[in-house]
Amino acid sequence: MTTEQATPGGFESSVESRGRRALHALLSTGTIFLLLFVLLAWIAVLNPSFLEPGPFLAYLKRAAPLVILAAGGYFVIVSGGFDLSVGSLVTVIVVAAARLIEGEPSRAWPVIALLLAIGATVGLVNGLVSTLLRVPSFITTLGMLLILEGAVFLWTGGAPTGALSENFRAIGRQGIEGIPLIEQLPWSVLVLFAIGIGAVLLMRADYGRQLIATGDNDRAARMSGVRVNQVRTIAFVLSGTLAAVAGILVGGFAGVSAQAGLGLEFDAITAIVLGGVVLGGGRGSVVGAMAGALTLEALFTLLNLQGISGALEDTVQGVIIIAAVAFASYRLRGTR
Amino acid sequence: MTVVDPESTATPPPEPPRGVAAWRESLRASPATPVYAALVGVFLLAWLIVALRGGSFLTLDNVVNMLQRSVALGIVSAGQTLVILAGSLDLSVAQMISLASLLGAGQMDGQEANVVPAIALVLAVGAGVGLVNGLVITKLRVNAFIATLGMALILKGIIDNRWDGPYGSVPDSVESFGYTRFGILPMSVFLLLAVVAAVWFLLRYTRFGHHIYAVGGDEEVSRLSGLRTHRTIIGAHIICSLLAALTGLFLASRLGAGTPTVGPEGGYDLESIAAVVLGGTALMGGRGGVLGTLAGVFILAVLDSTFNELQVNAFLKDVVRGVIIIAAVAVYARRKGAE
Repeated sequence: MTTEQATPGGFESSVESRGRRALHALLSTGTIFLLLFVLLAWIAVLNPSFLEPGPFLAYLKRAAPLVILAAGGYFVIVSGGFDLSVGSLVTVIVVAAARLIEGEPSRAWPVIALLLAIGATVGLVNGLVSTLLRVPSFITTLGMLLILEGAVFLWTGGAPTGALSENFRAIGRQGIEGIPLIEQLPWSVLVLFAIGIGAVLLMRADYGRQLIATGDNDRAARMSGVRVNQVRTIAFVLSGTLAAVAGILVGGFAGVSAQAGLGLEFDAITAIVLGGVVLGGGRGSVVGAMAGALTLEALFTLLNLQGISGALEDTVQGVIIIAAVAFASYRLRGTR
Repeated sequence: MTVVDPESTATPPPEPPRGVAAWRESLRASPATPVYAALVGVFLLAWLIVALRGGSFLTLDNVVNMLQRSVALGIVSAGQTLVILAGSLDLSVAQMISLASLLGAGQMDGQEANVVPAIALVLAVGAGVGLVNGLVITKLRVNAFIATLGMALILKGIIDNRWDGPYGSVPDSVESFGYTRFGILPMSVFLLLAVVAAVWFLLRYTRFGHHIYAVGGDEEVSRLSGLRTHRTIIGAHIICSLLAALTGLFLASRLGAGTPTVGPEGGYDLESIAAVVLGGTALMGGRGGVLGTLAGVFILAVLDSTFNELQVNAFLKDVVRGVIIIAAVAVYARRKGAE
């Protein structure tokens, strides 16, 4: 940004290159937007009211936790790691919130601060163990998954106890009322957009470049002066914190349950890969990852609408995920 | 050295000590050695703790029980070792186990005559699933994590659509397999040992086994050296799914029927990966072996048995297990870094 003013004439050229870069980014993540568009159009054909503001915002509200998890998981995956602990972290956040709030509205905000701190701490531990102790992050976060699930039910005695207060639940299920045209703007959609914009800005800042460099080739990044361990640890902290945010939304939207986060880690990784991010690091954009999550949620919605019986839904989902990733890697092979 | 003695040149004297030294050297270099040391350590610690609490740990029953509980996880993990060594991964084994138990028990339907065709069918389905996994990973270039996760979803959908509870039944001869003893050891333990021995032989003495290490070490280099890397990866996946199918059959014989949830509830997908990594095999492939995996499985079994003996809370069990898996891998990483 500073170089733009420094060199005369540099402004236009950088605008042009920025435009080209944006075009390039759109093309490289184009597949996922095409797929998302096709799915949304298909849903709209089956159910024309879907594209009206109300139902569409409801869809965004439903998708918000997964999109936020995908944004968080993106940081870890693009740096070359895995985070399998986010699903159980969501469960921990939901169960811990109910246990701590016990239906008392005045406790909601302090508890939210505490929950975010829990998420950040879990991420910090994941990051430090993976970098300083050199444990592969797949194993670190798999162990963390076991630890979190065990710990939270050890604490609550086997089943969720307590209750969430109304003002806590409002974040996940309510919004700003009385807006013309859309009637209600859900809080979760606002949170979603704030996190999305924040993630894009972060990836455009120095940190984002260092993160991608680390994931692409950590030796080269280290030799160019990137603090690889620090960059990776921060990625895990971001993932843990965003999982806590997702947990707060899930708690509000779906209520307290011991299965609140079950399987979400796999959904998130699927969404990220669907969005064109390569497992192993170094390739893909955070916008693609979030679009992948929206696509996955659209797929769930479509399968519901199609009335595919609950069980076969998994089969169809499996086939589509493999096909989409195969298509993406086919395209990638073409450009290399 | 200047004196040339025909006898001493025929049989160089330093041969026997060199043999011992080489043996000691290979023992030290083997990735399985620290795992067995850890197994002995964990075993002694468990013994001590249980004895101090007034329990009895080292009874024949308890040891046999521990071995028997290791059979299912041991067989899946042996297959998982192959794919991980080849630089791949299989998250579909848990659903494959459920499917195999349902298909096997369903086809047997309590009739002795159906046993052989049922086993053949289940193994064929297992090989087919492994073939598809391998083809999707190699030919369609889908990351193994996603390919096998997708396969797990596909199998889960098929299972949930067709079955919603225990199904079929196994004839007495099959059911008794899970309980018959040969000497003091149950037959099933011999099954586990046979599988591990076969996989060990495959990795150590066959060309296919050496190819697995090469491909897992560096796929690109192997390909450029003229290895058919795709065939190797596909072969590893076929064997892995076959062994998962065998595990499903074994569990059906233990339970007397097929169950839709027997695989996922046992957590065989992530648990088998944990056992492999606990056994000193590198998650990125190319380094490790099946003997270490066996020790990893035994370590998990000793922990399980100790927790049961001490009547530890099930949730605390998960916490301790998570800590131990991370700690063990951290120790391996340290050792590797120190070399």
